[in-house]
Amino acid sequence: MSISIHSISKTFGSYKALEEVSLEVPNGSLTALLGPSGSGKTTLLRIVAGLEFADDGPGKILFHGENVSGVPAGKRGVGFVFQHYALFRHMTVAQNIGFGLSVLPRSKRPSPSDIRDRVHELLCLVKLEGLDKRRPHELSGGQRQRVALARALAIRPKVLLLDEPFGALDARVRKDLRRWLRVFHNEIGLTTLFVTHDQEEALELADQVVVMRNARIEQVGSPQEIYDRPHSPFVYEFLGNVNKFTDPSGNQSYIRPHEIDVVFAAEYDPTTDRLARIQHLFSAGPVATLSVRLDDGKFVDIELSRKQLDDLGLSVGDEVSIRSNLPQ
Amino acid sequence: MSKRRIIPGFGLSMGFTITYLSLIILLPLAALFLNAAGVGWAEWRSILGSPRIIAAARLTFGLSAVAAAVSVVLGLLVTWVLVRYHFPGKKLLDSMVDLPFALPTAVAGITLTAIYGKTGWIGCHIASAAAWIKTTWQPTGWLGDQVNSWADFGAAYSPLGIFIALTFIGFPFVVRTLQPVMEDLGHEIEEAAATLGAGRWTVFLRVILPLLTPALITGFTLAFARAIGEYGSVIFISGNLPMKTEILPLLIISQLEQFNFKAAAVIASGMLVVSFLLLFIINLLQRRLDWQNR
Repeated sequence: MSISIHSISKTFGSYKALEEVSLEVPNGSLTALLGPSGSGKTTLLRIVAGLEFADDGPGKILFHGENVSGVPAGKRGVGFVFQHYALFRHMTVAQNIGFGLSVLPRSKRPSPSDIRDRVHELLCLVKLEGLDKRRPHELSGGQRQRVALARALAIRPKVLLLDEPFGALDARVRKDLRRWLRVFHNEIGLTTLFVTHDQEEALELADQVVVMRNARIEQVGSPQEIYDRPHSPFVYEFLGNVNKFTDPSGNQSYIRPHEIDVVFAAEYDPTTDRLARIQHLFSAGPVATLSVRLDDGKFVDIELSRKQLDDLGLSVGDEVSIRSNLPQ
Repeated sequence: MSKRRIIPGFGLSMGFTITYLSLIILLPLAALFLNAAGVGWAEWRSILGSPRIIAAARLTFGLSAVAAAVSVVLGLLVTWVLVRYHFPGKKLLDSMVDLPFALPTAVAGITLTAIYGKTGWIGCHIASAAAWIKTTWQPTGWLGDQVNSWADFGAAYSPLGIFIALTFIGFPFVVRTLQPVMEDLGHEIEEAAATLGAGRWTVFLRVILPLLTPALITGFTLAFARAIGEYGSVIFISGNLPMKTEILPLLIISQLEQFNFKAAAVIASGMLVVSFLLLFIINLLQRRLDWQNR
């Protein structure tokens, strides 16, 4: 089910959280709302969920063409996974997952045995078979996350909304779960919108990335487009490391650390290169990071493969020539 | 005990704790039981089995339980308002909750009697309402006696008055135990329930209330324990009619005033044993309910 957001504004007192934001989330896509804190991304997600309502005005939210702007969260049919999961800690895992079904009006409520079957099915889906009788405090962070996901999916939502889904997990679990969620999304094909402040997460996971800043959308596109063709300096700087240059007339240009080549100082070519001295060298990992100092005192970060670095045999203090279309 | 701690002083602080508890709590209690033990078993039975003591015990424990239960409901409501809403004067209201703690109980008793007695602001309405009930339905039996008393004296000189006094002193305990727990609940959990389709009433009954239950039981226990031992605020409003509105602490005092120390010690010991058993049972119940050991 596609989501259309039309010119939504939201103010809290005098603070503008969203200003006329419009966005299309295609059916079956995995879309990331990416931005620094305070950019309005969580507010937008909460408005889509019906947990918050947009300011009066022309703004509206459509689910598959149907206006749901005034529909409260409980009737909107959204699965929402909270940053800290918000599991019911007095209930077992099975009771948590079955909650949405057990609160349906009597006429629509499945029988207890049907609820049990559905809970079991969901536990298998999120790979937590056998944990149905545990309580939330007996689970690890990653397991809680998946219980929250299963609970949200139990009501067969039209769209799935995730608020900072990996924010509260440690790095290792985060990576595993990220990959798992990607595969999971491909399997179930549910339109999914998630909020994150981690650019790496957004680029790796999403089909469509929405970069937000100061209550507005800065750029929308595939991860490739966003990374390769940023529309604004903000997007350029927000997505990954970047070296920023200002020429004497005040124009700014950007170059990513991996777009710079390093050659021996002996091969210095004054038309494309600049001479620099290695200040710092970090090579624990597949990618080596160099910090070099140009003759004018400016520091530049460079990323090389380990192999390149080893072939060059460089060490701190060496003079090198760095090659790219750097401004002179 | 060779394990090094960041903050030393276990021996010292534990020693102080034991000494303090012994001097302030254990020693007086031991003296009480020792005093009471000097009386023979037959005399124990005759003192505790006297109709006047039994009536007072039923009144004390029964009304304390009812008042604590009502305090829980009132306290829940007040805490809800204090935690969940922002309004001008909130801080003031919050401090007012503590007033029953600070007010000398005798002052509370006199004030309550003045307000709920027949000539008081509220008591006069209670009296006229009771008079109306009396002529309309002519209730008989226990209720008839109560209505007659209300019509004659307002809420004063009746179990209703004692109940009012016990609720007054009990409900701050509920508010103060509930407040931090409710503040910790946060909004996410309710929002989660709402996105799953639960209505407001369902969210309250199935999500919020179960999470508050352990704190509510603690609040009930504190209010109940306080009500059992309450003296000052009750004796003014109750009128101390034998067999009707006498509470146990009053009987202890009246024995003491007659220099009948042994009988006072026996009543006090009996009260202590019953109170201890009740509190112990409530604690066990709470242990079973305590699913919050995160």
